[in-house]
Amino acid sequence: MKLRAIIVDDEELARQILKEYLDKAGDVEVVAECANGFEAVKSAGEHRPDVMFLDIQMPKLDGFEVLELIDQPLAVIFVTAYDQYALKAFDAAAVDYLLKPFSTERLAKALERVRALLRDPQPRALQASDLAAAARPPGQTLERVVVKDGTKVHIIPIAKLDYVEAQDDYIALHSEKKHYLKQQTISSIEAQLDPARFARVHRSYILNLERIARIEPYTKDSRVAVLQEGSQIPVSRSGYARLKELLGENV
Amino acid sequence: MHPIFRNTTSLGAYLALWTVLAGLLSALMRLQGDSSWSQALSVAVPLCLFYAFVCLTPWYLCRAFPLGTAGITQLLLNHLGAAILACALWIGLARLLALALELGPEVAPAIPQLVVLGLLLYLLSVALHYALLAVEASREAALQTRDAELRALKSQINPHFLFNCLNSISALTSTDSARARDMCVLLSDFLRKTLGLGERESISWREELELARTYLEVEQVRFGTRLRVEMQVEDACADCQVPPLVLQPLIENAIKHGIATMVEGGTVRLEGRVEDGNLAVRVENSFDPEAPSPRRHGLGLRNVRNRLETRFGNAARLHVAAENSRFSAEMVFPCQKTNR
Repeated sequence: MKLRAIIVDDEELARQILKEYLDKAGDVEVVAECANGFEAVKSAGEHRPDVMFLDIQMPKLDGFEVLELIDQPLAVIFVTAYDQYALKAFDAAAVDYLLKPFSTERLAKALERVRALLRDPQPRALQASDLAAAARPPGQTLERVVVKDGTKVHIIPIAKLDYVEAQDDYIALHSEKKHYLKQQTISSIEAQLDPARFARVHRSYILNLERIARIEPYTKDSRVAVLQEGSQIPVSRSGYARLKELLGENV
Repeated sequence: MHPIFRNTTSLGAYLALWTVLAGLLSALMRLQGDSSWSQALSVAVPLCLFYAFVCLTPWYLCRAFPLGTAGITQLLLNHLGAAILACALWIGLARLLALALELGPEVAPAIPQLVVLGLLLYLLSVALHYALLAVEASREAALQTRDAELRALKSQINPHFLFNCLNSISALTSTDSARARDMCVLLSDFLRKTLGLGERESISWREELELARTYLEVEQVRFGTRLRVEMQVEDACADCQVPPLVLQPLIENAIKHGIATMVEGGTVRLEGRVEDGNLAVRVENSFDPEAPSPRRHGLGLRNVRNRLETRFGNAARLHVAAENSRFSAEMVFPCQKTNR
């Protein structure tokens, strides 16, 4: 069986050499070449490849964000010039990584790993989106959230994110009166957001602190936060304690 | 040698201070004993000038017993011992002067005060010397850090750049071997030019510009049509002396945080002109304002700013601005041509 591969790199020469090597390998079919992250996400959905060769530093969406948006099983091989995080990414999410420039022998080894994996699938390495977060550089909070909506990709800058709401297996990201659904748990996005700007005020809600207009009592034990755009968000007792800690007594 | 002898101003100021002290001491002696101004001064002035030099000796003791490493008893014993010795010399001289000038009865009543004063002055000098040593040490440390930073910066070639270049060459060998060779030559040119720069204080703007041009040419092979370059540099700039690789970080930023963030790429524009004896250099590039880059333009710019400040002080400035997806960095500093 021929392996179906997608090449993602913003540099034409880098795509070219990988294509050349893969063509020579014989049993690999390059089904698409993408010059940026958007194309990569789109063509992963269209072509359903077995393996994706993914550069990390790219315009629009970086390699990690591409991983996050791909919701089908797929073997990922990072191809990067020099990146101390790529090694971490490999541990977490990728089947292999290639450091540029690489030899055909090294590429053959990577392909061998892909085949081994396809024969004996290990969910750990194949579910890209779950592991994308783990591959991020440690200690760095999100600057923006990427969400896929059908074939469209939305980029929500953190400053425009009003609140996050848990909905079963999904989270709803509310921004500028719209909301976007993403398959992720509320705890995992909470861990990625800057704790000085966002607070988990309820089991199912994370709030952007800058958006709070006021906080009103609701029942004996709970309160609601009224946002500048008018939404009312339930605040639990422990959530209120957390808010008081972050904003001081005068909330 | 004590640092106070390094320049005459500080030595003069120090001795002037002691002369004032001599005046005060004379006043004290006049109050204590029954001496005239001239009698008091003739004892106090030589006494103080002598002690001025005695009070410089803690420099050696303080250096031999630094505060951080020497034990407290060792410090106390040494400095107190030295203080007592110094004070004994000062009293001895006072008595000698009194004897020589036949002023025994006039000086004698002031002796107890002289003892206390001698001890206190010496110990004060010890404290001041420790402060002086601390200041010198921190200045030295700052200099060394800056030196190390500069060396690191000058010799540093962005590994991303290097490996990506090699990958481009690798790709070109099969499809366009002539271009692969060109790329090898360009890259070698660039590396050779940067190699010797670490040792040099300054280079001419011509050389700096040439380096940037080579770098951009290499990057143009990598980025292809995505990287467009515009240059408008006056010939008058050519002989200005600049710190080596002062332009390079600005160009690298323009590529890394500018062109590389755009799918269609963009233009890097470099302008150079001489205005009122200043060299004004402006690097402008397009960038994607939504690009995720938490520390955008951080380190490189800070290094450029530090280096300009070290070299030119307030005469240099670096101004950056980002608006309408155009980023610009402009540095202005004196155009010095007097290298040789």
